[in-house]
Amino acid sequence: MTAAFTADAVSSPILRLNDVGKVYATGSVAVEALHGVSMQVDRGEYVAIMGPSGSGKSTLMHILGCLDVPTTGSYDLAGEDVSMMSEAALATVRNRQIGFVFQQFNLLASLPAWRNVELPLCYTGMARAERKERAINALERVGLGDRVEHRPGELSGGQQQRVAVARALVTDPALILADEPTGNLDSHSSADVLALFTELHDQGRTIVLITHEPAVAASAQRIVRILDGQVDSALTTPAGNVR
Amino acid sequence: MSWRVTLRTALEAILSRRMRSSLTMLGILIGIAAVMLTVGLGQGAQAQVRDQINQLGSNLLIVSPGSTTSATGIRGGRGSASTLTMRDSTALASSVVAPDIAKVAPVVTGSQSLTAGTTNWTTNVVGTTPDWLQVRARSLAEGRFFSLAELNSSASVAVLGSTTATELFGGRDALGQTVDINGTTMTVIGILNTAGSSTTTDEDDQALVPQTTYSSRVASSGNAAGISTLYIEAASTDSLSAAYQEATNALLATHGVTAATPDFTISSQQSLLTTATSTDRTLTVLLAGIAAISLLVGGIGVMNIMLVSVTERIREIGLRKAMGATPSAIRRQFLVEASTLGLCGGLLGVILGLVGAQVLPHFLSQPVTIPAIATIGALGIALIIGIVAGVYPASRAARLAPIDALRSE
Repeated sequence: MTAAFTADAVSSPILRLNDVGKVYATGSVAVEALHGVSMQVDRGEYVAIMGPSGSGKSTLMHILGCLDVPTTGSYDLAGEDVSMMSEAALATVRNRQIGFVFQQFNLLASLPAWRNVELPLCYTGMARAERKERAINALERVGLGDRVEHRPGELSGGQQQRVAVARALVTDPALILADEPTGNLDSHSSADVLALFTELHDQGRTIVLITHEPAVAASAQRIVRILDGQVDSALTTPAGNVR
Repeated sequence: MSWRVTLRTALEAILSRRMRSSLTMLGILIGIAAVMLTVGLGQGAQAQVRDQINQLGSNLLIVSPGSTTSATGIRGGRGSASTLTMRDSTALASSVVAPDIAKVAPVVTGSQSLTAGTTNWTTNVVGTTPDWLQVRARSLAEGRFFSLAELNSSASVAVLGSTTATELFGGRDALGQTVDINGTTMTVIGILNTAGSSTTTDEDDQALVPQTTYSSRVASSGNAAGISTLYIEAASTDSLSAAYQEATNALLATHGVTAATPDFTISSQQSLLTTATSTDRTLTVLLAGIAAISLLVGGIGVMNIMLVSVTERIREIGLRKAMGATPSAIRRQFLVEASTLGLCGGLLGVILGLVGAQVLPHFLSQPVTIPAIATIGALGIALIIGIVAGVYPASRAARLAPIDALRSE
């Protein structure tokens, strides 16, 4: 903890959770999914959030991704407190600051690769020609410059996930948030996608990867372990203590 | 999300589910076409009646004698008294007494047997003045109408309706021939153009003679100066009610009666028109109501399909929300999709309606008139139905929490 706050003074955190709690009210039973979680990620870091299923890591991912808001505590993303924002304001924050990569790729099957990649740009009011140019650039960066017009069904799983990574990159977000990105891939494609993340990290991207596999987490710079809705500090590499 | 992107997304969503989208549009299409055709049929029937009545003469007021009331209190009914005279006609024609009355045509009629050589034909003989031609909006096929001079000199001239001329002279030219009416030999000086038959009388089967000739030579009984009907032409359609008032006041004054006990009745073409069209209108409203219900069912179809669409695309909605779509952008996307379905269905329905308006008259022998405003109105209604049907599904999509939407299988 003390190490985290001293590091704060020197490097600029891209995100900081401060004593975040999340309670779900399902019927009459209140389930506490997160309890007093504090953590931060600095600009340019590659962090893995690890934990077994039921540990609360999905809830944490939703809060980090501004898909949900914490019940207690505060969350600063890129210098803004987003914990009290309206749904519309959160949508804008997601659009500008976060690039998502999901386990199931979540590509629109009817659209070619570049139309999938341009999707976040459609919500920015950008002109069509510029959207297309940036989408193609992003596809080239993930090595799919020759698959621009292919539909998801015509691509392999690894290629589909790379299209999703291109979609996450295209808005030039502050944070790339990947939720079990290798969960649906064979080992070869998994290695391929993880190598892509490492490459993006080397280019200065901030990446947060959520996983339950130690082998996947190992590709990150630093690991945050979640257990029973709390950060397991014994097994967590503190911020600023890069391995 | 800009309108262009929204519209494009909506069109792609519609085109990617072609079968379902076309069936949904079919509901709107049938409803719109049905509404247009029923309204068109009603308008056509009303126009037909209006044309028939306008044939009688435009801006026309008809003065009939009122009823008599006998000493014992038995009332004779309309036309039982012959209270109208040529004096009334002269009074009403005065521009001082009635400035809004353009022309007055007094008419006295009776059924008479006409003889031409060996042929005879019984028809309605009308005694009137030269203004009759204009007031009744008629014209001559050949020859001329009688003049004021012929009226003043009780000349033995007659103008025949086309049917009367054919009955008396067959295919021969009737002009210049003579015809005997009640023992008086008249020269045929003109033949009227056909006017078609109104609901009550055959306007083409009559013989017209000067009123003076009628009262002195044709009329079989007394009351030679009596008039059976006065036709009044108002200066314009707008001054019809002013003319009505002036005629009423003038006749009350000349007859020396009060408004409480008038001995005449004035009716206008407008009242005839109202009666004749009200039946048509009732039927049109009824049919259009049924058609509107089919349109409503079409609208429910759009709503149903949009709800299915929202449920099916729950993951897509979640993804779009994660990518930064605001609730209002999602709402707009589904609203545009629903209104596009409605508008396209409406457009096809309008086309079908316009085609039907061309084809139907061949089968129904009924004119179908679709006013331009109805076409635009139908498109507007289709669009509104689409929007209304889209509101609920769209707000459901907009309200979906992104994590629930992403999580669903």
